[in-house]
Amino acid sequence: MIVIEKLTKIFGYYPVLRGIDLSIEKGQFLALLGPNGSGKTTLLRILTGLSKPSGGQITIGGWNIPDEIAAVRQQLGIVSHLTLLYDTLTAEENLMFFARLYNLPQETRAERVAAMLERVGLGKRAKDVVNTFSRGMQQRLAIARALIHDPAILLLDEPYTGLDQDASALLDQLLHDVAGVAEGQRTTIMTTHDLRRAHSLTSHVAILSRGKVGFYGETTAIPADDLPRIYADTLGAAS
Amino acid sequence: MTTYHPNRTRLLNMMTYISMGLVFLSSLMVFAYARPEALQGNAQKIFYIHLGTFFGSFVLFSVAVVGGIQFLRTRNNKWDILGLATIEVGLGFALVNIVTGSIWARPIWNTWWTWDPRLLTVTIMWLTYAAYMMLRSGIEDPERRRRFAAVYSILAFSSVILTVVIIRIRPDTIHPVAGGPSVTSPDASGDFNMSPRVVQTLMFSIFTYIVVSITVAWHRIRLENRAQYIQSRKVELLLNA
Amino acid sequence: MTTPYWRVVAALAWKDLRAEIRGREMVTSMMLFAAISVMIFSFALELDDAAQQESVGGILWVTIAYAGTLGLGRSLAAEKDKGSLDALLAAPVARSALFYGKMIGNLIFTVAVGFLMVFLCTVLFNVNLFVPTLWLVILLGCLGFATTGTLVASMSVHARAREMLLPILLLPVLLPVIISATRASIAIVTELKVEDWLPWIQLLGFVDFVFLLMAFFLFDYIVEE
Repeated sequence: MIVIEKLTKIFGYYPVLRGIDLSIEKGQFLALLGPNGSGKTTLLRILTGLSKPSGGQITIGGWNIPDEIAAVRQQLGIVSHLTLLYDTLTAEENLMFFARLYNLPQETRAERVAAMLERVGLGKRAKDVVNTFSRGMQQRLAIARALIHDPAILLLDEPYTGLDQDASALLDQLLHDVAGVAEGQRTTIMTTHDLRRAHSLTSHVAILSRGKVGFYGETTAIPADDLPRIYADTLGAAS
Repeated sequence: MTTYHPNRTRLLNMMTYISMGLVFLSSLMVFAYARPEALQGNAQKIFYIHLGTFFGSFVLFSVAVVGGIQFLRTRNNKWDILGLATIEVGLGFALVNIVTGSIWARPIWNTWWTWDPRLLTVTIMWLTYAAYMMLRSGIEDPERRRRFAAVYSILAFSSVILTVVIIRIRPDTIHPVAGGPSVTSPDASGDFNMSPRVVQTLMFSIFTYIVVSITVAWHRIRLENRAQYIQSRKVELLLNA
Repeated sequence: MTTPYWRVVAALAWKDLRAEIRGREMVTSMMLFAAISVMIFSFALELDDAAQQESVGGILWVTIAYAGTLGLGRSLAAEKDKGSLDALLAAPVARSALFYGKMIGNLIFTVAVGFLMVFLCTVLFNVNLFVPTLWLVILLGCLGFATTGTLVASMSVHARAREMLLPILLLPVLLPVIISATRASIAIVTELKVEDWLPWIQLLGFVDFVFLLMAFFLFDYIVEE
């Protein structure tokens, strides 16, 4: 589904990505781990077409990125640590706006928006303005926004930033429902610092260290208690 | 990484000496060849530098537009350096243009400054390019800085066009028009008789200052190349430390 | 695959209008600023009747430009601060459609301020501005303002001290629009002949056209990384 080969990205004179090789199958839920500055966010931004790679090859479903990104955009959904929402619009208006941007058919648009709001547990708050929402509710709405056009690929950049325990637990459940593992259809990539969460949610784990993939493996093959050690070893080996 | 071709260095050195020679020659022409003008006397002589530096900055700002367009097309760093160098040096030349104009205006118009459309637009042109420098220093991400600078250098050229066009469309300017048709020429105060010697000297000064401006901009490009090379070496050393 | 151009433009403009109708923050502050600056002008200049007629065109456009700059900064900051600009760029839409969508929103707000000014100036300066040709000038002038403004503001929004940088970057580039709009307005208000104001309107239209074209080509380069 997503194939990344020898990907590099240089900011000014500073190489953030120094040759990433990664291949993600359809239906996988990949956790991208790594310390700050290891290039996780940069990698996601390149996959979204928001940033241009300096070198290497990327294909998504056979399309070249970034040259043929236009063909893939309809299949991408993004969530970041920012909400990507409009504070002064209601939940419903936000979703309707993005439904328009993604050119969902007019007849089913309202239905789809209502269904998505229901799915993230915001059905009752549809007519409320977003800036009256708690951080957790905003993040759930952000996920509804990312899924409004039913994308084949979901990219999550630190979706847990700023959430409290309860909100995080709700988000866990939601991600489990909508991401690759449960549906088996959607390919999901999530960057996070939370090793335990990564282990419980995802099907694969990749650890980025100094702009390279330091470790890659199936989550089921790693005992939950070993992940912190592997993480520390990977970072230690690279420095 | 920039390498220096000995031939290019030789050419630049040659241009530097030629520039010096040209400035000397044109000064000679201004003070010895062209006779003092009947109405304005010696004050008129500053006009040669005044016009020359305007043409110098005009050429540099035009080159900056080419640099901007080429940068957006190719994303080659050298076009950004060209834009930066030409605009920075162009600002210097435009400043000399404004100051010499003001010095000339004192005896002729009896004031250092007047709110004439031409003076206004040329000052706004200067401010526009000063804003370009502000934009550069305000954006931290170097890649984005280059991109925005290129876009703005294209937009900013509208102020140059306005400066060139304004005396031909605003009937109320008192600024003399050098060359080309104008609605004002007949009674603009400060106009002077263009004897053949004056015209020759004027043309020669314009040529001189265009050559000087290109030479200075070229030196600025070299300086920027050096600075960026040192910067990149620093980063390399830090990374490998 | 790509969403139809006009639909993107309409969706964005609709979104901005909707948010503004709900919050009314931007237009309210723009209009208050416009009203205050007219007051300050009238105090500072202390004009007699003839002078009022002469200078009302200038006051009109200086105020529209300053109040408009205030609105522009907010309009673009709203896209940047919650990251929604990224969401727009990730969507399957033409980049220039995003530009025209934002531009139309800004145009509507600026025109609103323009017509408030028509009303205020007519009442306060005792000069009749209810002249259809002047409204045409206001529309064209605001079009030029919104075009250049949206383009420049989408750059300045990425800068440190963006509120300070925007007017510095915008006003000098805007000068051709302001000069021709002011000249046309003054000529119309002082009831000069057609041949005195028509060239300025033509020039204004031409400048608008050039900026619209430039924005079409340059906006792509501003938003991509």
